[in-house]
Amino acid sequence: MGTSQDFVETERSPQMRDWFIETARAIIRPKPLTGILMCLPLFFLIIGLIVYPFFYSIYLSMLNKRETAFVGLENLGFLLGYDTFRLVIRNSVVFTFTAVFFKASFGFILALAINALPIRGQRIWRGIALIAWVMPLSLSTLGWWWIFEPTHSALNWLLVQLGISPKPWLSDPFWARFATILVNVWFGTPFFMIMFLAALKSIPQMFYEAAAIDGATGFQRLHYITLPMLKNIIAITMLFSTITTFANFDIVRVLTRGGPRDATHLFGTYSFQLGIQGGDIPLGAAVSLFMFPILAVSAFFILRGVRRSIQ
Amino acid sequence: MNWMQSRRMRRRLNLVSIYVIICLFAIFFLFPISYMAITSFKTNQEIESLKGIPFLIQRGATLEHYRDLFQKTDFLVYFKNTAQVAILATIISMCISILAAYGLSRLAFFGSGAIATGIFLTYLVPESLLFIPLFKIVGSFSLLNKKWALLLVFPTAIVPFCTWILIGYFSAIPRQLEEAALVDGANYLQMLFRVFLPVALPGLVAATLFAFTLSWASFLYPMALIYTSNEQVLTAGVVSTLIRGDVYHWGGLMAGALMACLPPVIFYVFLMDYYISGLTAGATKG
Repeated sequence: MGTSQDFVETERSPQMRDWFIETARAIIRPKPLTGILMCLPLFFLIIGLIVYPFFYSIYLSMLNKRETAFVGLENLGFLLGYDTFRLVIRNSVVFTFTAVFFKASFGFILALAINALPIRGQRIWRGIALIAWVMPLSLSTLGWWWIFEPTHSALNWLLVQLGISPKPWLSDPFWARFATILVNVWFGTPFFMIMFLAALKSIPQMFYEAAAIDGATGFQRLHYITLPMLKNIIAITMLFSTITTFANFDIVRVLTRGGPRDATHLFGTYSFQLGIQGGDIPLGAAVSLFMFPILAVSAFFILRGVRRSIQ
Repeated sequence: MNWMQSRRMRRRLNLVSIYVIICLFAIFFLFPISYMAITSFKTNQEIESLKGIPFLIQRGATLEHYRDLFQKTDFLVYFKNTAQVAILATIISMCISILAAYGLSRLAFFGSGAIATGIFLTYLVPESLLFIPLFKIVGSFSLLNKKWALLLVFPTAIVPFCTWILIGYFSAIPRQLEEAALVDGANYLQMLFRVFLPVALPGLVAATLFAFTLSWASFLYPMALIYTSNEQVLTAGVVSTLIRGDVYHWGGLMAGALMACLPPVIFYVFLMDYYISGLTAGATKG
């Protein structure tokens, strides 16, 4: 009897204290003002260096090359009718979707494989995979650039040893596209793997135990437990990667500089070539703004997915 | 008995096939890095020659490329610039992020939820969308071709991300801790330094690592904003100045690229778990 009374006592007093503190704090401390003051540097940064530049970019894209006259949508119109730019659009889409597809598939296979290992062994493999992701991309792409070198390097040597004819990796449009996608898959797969591995660990083990009792096969467990449980994180990671892949600059810039004959350009590299190197800032801004629709759509769905995963 | 044995056999077979898959991927991930290292220790003659196996050093290793890198190129200038800019950008970004994350996660004010969402959205805005207007803005401050201009633009990529993951870590701190500090008469700054930062230390380390790695690896902004050697940073410097002149520059180029990667990789080797927790927190917490 004594114990139950103690229980009630200790239950109630922290609540009373909470209530007291809550009231006291509400009266004494001017919370909102402090909070807003603390966020001020962030607001300045976001408004001054992200939001303002974005709108400034829209304005810039409506000027003529020398930035002396307002030409409205002429730059956008010009680009849409320009063959090279159409190639850039097509290439960006192919690059992004192919790369994201393979990154997600490889990441998923790798996460499943690592998750099936004994716990002690998992750390080292996870660590090895993520090194690719930690190195600055522009520098590791230099390593790939050397690998793709046609006469003195490893890849063609290997092909010849296997009895396959050597390929002109970076001077043929098809193989150059293949190369940029391959490097992106190399760089991005570890990120997917880490995300999927974390999600796999959060699936309650009892689901699999119940499935084992029911005699489910490995494929059935994958199809009825793993995939549904991972659906949300797979979607978020793929959308997120769509944005970063679509906006990629480093790989194409280092590996091909957009060549051969502008066949591998992405929006970022083409915009750099026109705007910074070619000195046509408005046209460069217009090119980069074409990224906006796909970014906005992805961001919308990511936000929805993140909200859902919190609930 | 027979059934048990076949079951064990099958399990062992499974494990073997899993190791095969993992090893194939490990080769894929490590190959470029090891090939870079091997090339950087080869003599020019060996790189040039069409005989021999590219994956092996067969005619004696050399440190010539590394010596040349430090003595004949601007590598050390780039290294110094990168270290200065990356460290300062990390400090600035972390100060802004910590204050904002604290304000947004605990001192809820009108609209703070919407602002947190807004931050997440700005974190999705890529560099390649912003570099042209930022080029103009940096130019209007006459900061073009100055390494300190990078301190202005790097936080645009770092702060939203770090704020976002810190909000996640701060929100996970139990209210009771905060209230105990309040009862003891702590003000908000004391509470931040004595309660929030120590408790959220893993998140803090993760965010700092990301800030540093992102600043170190940034390539587009230095390419767009900086064009002389004495102000240049490693990524753009190695890519644009070490590639030039003679055809067989591969050894030096690989040495430069590897040395330039070293600081982030060293941090990563020692603090891997923080990286991973920060990475997964970025997309799932909030």
